Amino acid sequence: MSEAVTALAGATYEGAVTVADGGLTGMVQLRADLADAAVATAVKAATGADLPDRRRISAAKEQRLLWMSPDELLILTDHGAAPDLVKRLSTELTGQHALVLDLSDARSRIRLSGQGVREVLAKGAPVDLAPGRFEPGEVRRTRIGQIAAAFWLLSETEAEVICFRSVAPFLFDWLSTAARPGSLPGHFR
Amino acid sequence: MLILRCPYCGVDAEETDLAPGGEAHLTRHGPGSDDAEFRDYLFQRRNPRGVHFERWRHAFGCGKWFHAARCTQTLEVFGTYSAQCSEPPEEIMTAIRTRRPDWEMPA
Repeated sequence: MSEAVTALAGATYEGAVTVADGGLTGMVQLRADLADAAVATAVKAATGADLPDRRRISAAKEQRLLWMSPDELLILTDHGAAPDLVKRLSTELTGQHALVLDLSDARSRIRLSGQGVREVLAKGAPVDLAPGRFEPGEVRRTRIGQIAAAFWLLSETEAEVICFRSVAPFLFDWLSTAARPGSLPGHFR
Repeated sequence: MLILRCPYCGVDAEETDLAPGGEAHLTRHGPGSDDAEFRDYLFQRRNPRGVHFERWRHAFGCGKWFHAARCTQTLEVFGTYSAQCSEPPEEIMTAIRTRRPDWEMPA
């Protein structure tokens, strides 16, 4: 087996906000009708988590379930746990109209931490990131700069962003530039 | 800046999050149609000043196609609705008639 590496090789930028490689992450994509009760039952059996509501994240143990669209779920887990999760989900969904894929190495995860993570994201995404308008537990698929990305807040000072692996260095550089010391307007404070 | 609410994920998506899909509710003319119908289906599009029905895709978001009714002159949005319909739902028509009493659905 080849050794799995991230696209960013552990890069870190210390600015007004710290931008860091999120590390290897297991990502499993499920395409199925999330309004179908049988799908909810299967997901619950395989992950232990309830299906997230629209645009929200649910969690169980080390797994987080991200609502991506009415028929798409992205499950984040440990990198080594993804193949087993695909097997469990596929077994539970036997006979259902569903697709389960291990996409662990298709996307990259970047962590932002520090006061002002909302502002760094707001510089690049057409999203209202004011407190009360976007809160932890919510996930948003949108663009940052010119590329597709999704992000969520872990707390007021921590956020995570995912994007396609091929553009991860671009997004890392973009967020690092947006997080340059002294460049945050302090709009949300 | 045009802001449309995606009926599938419920976010107020800004124009740059979306991809335009042109005029909505076209009648498809394929095999069996005559040349004039096929030409019109392919190329003839309305370009109204005022109420217009369009298709949009929430390209950077949930990826779903949906419909929007808006005014091309003022950029007022009357509403967005599901892609799974061949004509605007009644609440959209009501919203348009409330704001544009003189408007009539073009034939």
